[in-house]
Amino acid sequence: MAVLVLAEHDLGTLSAATARIVAAAETLGPVDLLVAGQGVSSVAAEAAKLAGVEKVLVADSAALASLSPEAVAALLARLAEPYTHIVAAAAATGRDAIPRLAAKLDLMPVTDVVAIHGPTRFDRPIYAGNAIETVSSGQNKHLLTIRASAFRPAVTGNDAPIHPVEAGVAAVARFLAAHRTESDLPELSTAQIVVAGGVSFGSAEKFALVSELAKVLGAAVGATRAAVDAGYAPNDWQVGQTGKIIAPDLYIAIGISGALQHLAGIQGAKKIIAINKDPEAPLMKIADIALVGDLFEVVPQLIAGLKR
Amino acid sequence: MKILVAVKRVVDHAVRVRVRPDGSGVETENVRMSMNPFDKHAVEAAVQLGEAGHASEIVVVSIGPKQSNDVILTALAMGAHRGILIEADGRVETLAVAKLLRAVVAEEKPDLVLLGKQAVDDDSNQVGQMLAGLLSWPQATFASEIRVVGDGLEVTREVDYGRATIGVSLPAIVTADLRLNTPRNAALPMVMKARSKPLAVRPAAAFGIDLTPRLKLEKVSPPAERVAGHRVADAAELTAAVQSELSELEAL
Repeated sequence: MAVLVLAEHDLGTLSAATARIVAAAETLGPVDLLVAGQGVSSVAAEAAKLAGVEKVLVADSAALASLSPEAVAALLARLAEPYTHIVAAAAATGRDAIPRLAAKLDLMPVTDVVAIHGPTRFDRPIYAGNAIETVSSGQNKHLLTIRASAFRPAVTGNDAPIHPVEAGVAAVARFLAAHRTESDLPELSTAQIVVAGGVSFGSAEKFALVSELAKVLGAAVGATRAAVDAGYAPNDWQVGQTGKIIAPDLYIAIGISGALQHLAGIQGAKKIIAINKDPEAPLMKIADIALVGDLFEVVPQLIAGLKR
Repeated sequence: MKILVAVKRVVDHAVRVRVRPDGSGVETENVRMSMNPFDKHAVEAAVQLGEAGHASEIVVVSIGPKQSNDVILTALAMGAHRGILIEADGRVETLAVAKLLRAVVAEEKPDLVLLGKQAVDDDSNQVGQMLAGLLSWPQATFASEIRVVGDGLEVTREVDYGRATIGVSLPAIVTADLRLNTPRNAALPMVMKARSKPLAVRPAAAFGIDLTPRLKLEKVSPPAERVAGHRVADAAELTAAVQSELSELEAL
């Protein structure tokens, strides 16, 4: 057994998801952690500190600057031979590259893994998390994407050796522009506390109340699909079946009724606190703590109370 | 350009599925079925490209049981020109679906293949990427905007940090995200007209592709149930509850 894990990183920083993927992958065998990109030496240095990493492989190339799926899949295909498992986070890069790689290697991947039962048996959610399927594979190699939120992070303190590897790939698509959501709040998909709002805020200006509460709590901000569609929040804040899947220790849902596709994104949340005018809202019925009330009265009071 | 759109018939997204007591899967008997919502966005994108004068022909293909006819008719009513149903019963894995689609691409020679980013039944999010891999074509997944620029496309994609715009040459694979467009509801005359559009039915076995699943589906289980918690009366009680949660988190 030997595992190759693709590190997730952005803007020169290793993503918090990677520590979780490494911890999950370590149960499958010794982990080599691949850092692909351009100018990623600081990312590689961070990666080397993660417990459980045998060595860090660094593919540093202009062709990998935008981590296009064509280039990442080609790189992974070239490195694949000695590994029994190739693992990535179920995030933008992994979702894009792992199925492409699978087709190239004529393998059936298992994506969005939420539990690992030994080297060939995995759980993954289907139907927006309303069912969990357990699959096993008799293939000689296993390609996985793992939901970071379902696993605890690896600790640091390691000093794994760093080996450069030849990138040997060309980017196919031309990267034209990044439209980033600027925020100094924690990353949504791995945050310990998430505060989220729904369409009942009524405007982007009023939705700022969610960010204000998040700031007080050191939390990430989430939003429902309807709130994003209405333009109150950017698309990368969307939580749900088609947005981000989160599993914070504490989830505070404000004015969110709890549509099926939204609940799919928060099933891993340990504690749910809900604030809603409608006591019959589905989310109010599954919340650990619920308050029936007007969010425009309750939330400012909550912010003031927490600041005290 | 010629566009191929792949669509799947799934349990309607508004249906709350039930896991069968024997763990063999979810109950799909007597359950409302419809076109996978993301595939509807893909069809709509193709029809809009056609209306803007960019598509000479739109072919829609579905792989599944014979009832998948319904979703092809829906796509034809929305404005696709011709349908292909590849009849396959039982579980067809994404890799086999991608191989069947590759065979259709070899016959139809489209410049663009549009698919939904994922099907809401198995939530795999794999087929578009796999088809791109099999064909060695560029892929632009999770598209929220498609623009024809010169003889290629500029596609804005939904990514973890927001959005990213990439340029791809044709032929290419694009998978649709939900903010790509608002799919139309076909008017009755279009629904009637759809029935007279060509629809070829072919058995999956005729393609000579091994459809045997690679993964063993051991069981399907319901998710852990959440138990209802308690209500607090006002903001002061709520504040106290949040504070006690925070101190518990700090203790961890």
